Amino acid sequence: MLRLAAACLASGLALTPLLTRPLAAQTSGPTLRYGMMEDPDALDPTLARTFASRMVFAALCDKLVDIGPDLKPVPQLATKWELSADEKTLTMTLRPGVRFHDGEPVNAAAAKFSIERHLKLPGSQRRGEIAPIDSVDVVDDLTFRINLKQPFAPLMAQFTDRAGMLVSPKAAERLGDKFASGPVCAGPFKFVERVPQDRIVVERFPDYWNKDQIHIQRIEFRPIPDTTVRLTNLRAGQLDLLERLAPTDAPQVARDAKLKLASTYELGFQSVLFNTAKAGSPIADPRVRAAFELAIDRAAISQVVFNGEFLPGNQWVSPKHPDYVKDHPIPKRDVAKAKALLAEAGQPKPQITLMVYANSEAPQVGQVIQAMTREAGFDVKLQATDFTTALDLADKGNYEAYLYNWSGRPDPDGNTFSFLSCKAPLNYPRYCSEGADAALQAERGSVDPEKRKAAWKALADKVLTDRPGVYLMHRKLLWAYSPKLTGFVPYPDGLARFTGLTLN
Amino acid sequence: MLRFIAHRLALAVPTLVLASMIIFALQQLLPGDVATALTGEERDPEVVAFIRQKYHLDEPLPVRYAYWASGVLQGDLGESVRLQKPVSELVLEKLPVTLELACLAMLVALVIGVPMGILSAVKRGTWMDAAANGVALWGLSVPNFWLGILLILLFSVHLGWLPASGYVPPGENLVENLRSMAMPAFVLGNAIAAVMMRHTRAAMLGVLGSDYVRTARAKGVSPLRLVLRHALPNAAIPIITLGALEFGQLLSGAVLTEQVFSVPGFGKLMVDAVFNRDFATVQGVVICTAATYIALNLAADVLSAVVNPKLRRA
Repeated sequence: MLRLAAACLASGLALTPLLTRPLAAQTSGPTLRYGMMEDPDALDPTLARTFASRMVFAALCDKLVDIGPDLKPVPQLATKWELSADEKTLTMTLRPGVRFHDGEPVNAAAAKFSIERHLKLPGSQRRGEIAPIDSVDVVDDLTFRINLKQPFAPLMAQFTDRAGMLVSPKAAERLGDKFASGPVCAGPFKFVERVPQDRIVVERFPDYWNKDQIHIQRIEFRPIPDTTVRLTNLRAGQLDLLERLAPTDAPQVARDAKLKLASTYELGFQSVLFNTAKAGSPIADPRVRAAFELAIDRAAISQVVFNGEFLPGNQWVSPKHPDYVKDHPIPKRDVAKAKALLAEAGQPKPQITLMVYANSEAPQVGQVIQAMTREAGFDVKLQATDFTTALDLADKGNYEAYLYNWSGRPDPDGNTFSFLSCKAPLNYPRYCSEGADAALQAERGSVDPEKRKAAWKALADKVLTDRPGVYLMHRKLLWAYSPKLTGFVPYPDGLARFTGLTLN
Repeated sequence: MLRFIAHRLALAVPTLVLASMIIFALQQLLPGDVATALTGEERDPEVVAFIRQKYHLDEPLPVRYAYWASGVLQGDLGESVRLQKPVSELVLEKLPVTLELACLAMLVALVIGVPMGILSAVKRGTWMDAAANGVALWGLSVPNFWLGILLILLFSVHLGWLPASGYVPPGENLVENLRSMAMPAFVLGNAIAAVMMRHTRAAMLGVLGSDYVRTARAKGVSPLRLVLRHALPNAAIPIITLGALEFGQLLSGAVLTEQVFSVPGFGKLMVDAVFNRDFATVQGVVICTAATYIALNLAADVLSAVVNPKLRRA
């Protein structure tokens, strides 16, 4: 037996050449170790879809514009932009003298290439986000013009995320659909290596346009899925910064002098979606859906499951958001009214299956909803599934109610259009209303704040009465970090900004 | 001996084919496919259709298996759709990590389990026997996840002796590598040591009561020599068999322990692949695990034959 073990050990050691890291030239300077919740998918801004990959892109790939604290676009790679009077042409001017990590210039031709790549690369996840773009023209070295098929108000907001990331045309052409194996962008850090499930390493780009504000030499992104383990690693000094701290751990971190806490509310929402087209299900009756909402106390859910850290809400944006429709405040819990509605619908004891993700928190939210709605007469059964199964069932319409989260987008269009317009890809409730569709077209049709405000109001009037779903609350995004790290600013898109960060 | 090994190797081929077929079919029972998982919440129907077509997801099951199998025969395990990386590269990256962790855990199990088993058999009925049994019971009952967190709290957070996570390849720094592997290896080895101890004890008790041991004792053989030279080799066979089985289990990845200590091994790769319906990766890991398992069982048989010449004739 000992010999077997010894032989194994020897063979293990014989494999060591496979184990050595392909280290790039190490230069001195602090390394930031970032604990993330999940391992990102492909590191290609055109193909990626996960929140985790957006986090890495924040270091790798600069965008045409960034969002400011007020969610309005601020210059990044583009310094100027102008929308034509008919809102069908957007002219953008790039920052001069900017280079990609491979030394190629960031110019209008590269911008045209990147936007067209987002539109045309097979399997692009960006195409839908910027589908109204008809063509891109190079005006001069640094100026390009985007021609739209129709006015598209959320365009600038799309450019604050992956659709606005520029990639080096030379590298993209060389690597083809393998671009993710060595992404070349124009962000503050360049790609060094990736070991799936273990780490992604990026290194300071010496020719970055804003290099004076980058004080960190390397960043190691380390996926550690379990929140407790992630926090323990921060305490043990193995991490400098971690994302998505569990709300129940927040008070403990706040008390700890050796740790710091930062937070902001998300741009997305937590909701219960209803399958309005489910034949034979009580949930297809709008009165039953109204009763369901009346039976719920949102603040209590936040209190019980999330330590009161999450913000109760009833719309696609939080009550703190500038586009929140104030005419529709959060309805109060009213069990008597809920019972009356159920009686009116002839469904005093409706049975409903609520699909939840099998993680640590969602089933708890489900249980609280179950207990609350029971008082009104509902009999809610919980069905815990993994993410992909839930999406598959929702896609096929094999569900009644679905506890659904959306990470959110800077423009409310990103929280509504794909969910609420007829036959949209994320319209799991199979909701279709002329009024809602008209409102959605109106908010997209113009950047005029007054017109958009009226559109949001019209949408709320319709959707909050039809209830294809019930918006419950908005998560608080929590980061914990070592006091050695200074300059950390939480952004509502949940992504860290590495500019201005220092690590002593 | 050579014929014996060749015979066993020939049997391994149908086993591998069967294993790959079963796992391929089982995966189809999961709702959703890689196109669903990959496009996730931001789905675009055209992208879904593109991915389905690119990876032959719309073809019937036998056709897809044929695609996969023909690739394997040409040494191509396919590509991880999620990571856009060849599965063979992923496996080669993770296998050494898992192998090292498994070996170290086995070492821990042997160093704790076998001596304790011998001791409790020799000192049967004494306080030492009771203590050894108590330790074994503890090892079997403590959940890995919980023990892992406790160890991190003690050795990393409070004492600061060992890193809480972060794998360092041995080729880069052997000392750091062993430091990063110490806790996960202990957690895994601890549970196996308990089983090891119980089996060693039972086997030793059987052998110690046999005639030839009594004869040897009557001839005045020293107690140490009696146990190590006369009794242990005969008691070793069930221990070797058990060791090979446990080792095989370790190779399929220790999901929870890898999760706690962020060890980038097979377990994490496999779990992520299943959740993302990354079938090519799951297939690749299963095939490699199955092959290693078969090789280990063969090694155990050979080793048993070395320890016990009677088995060589079989």
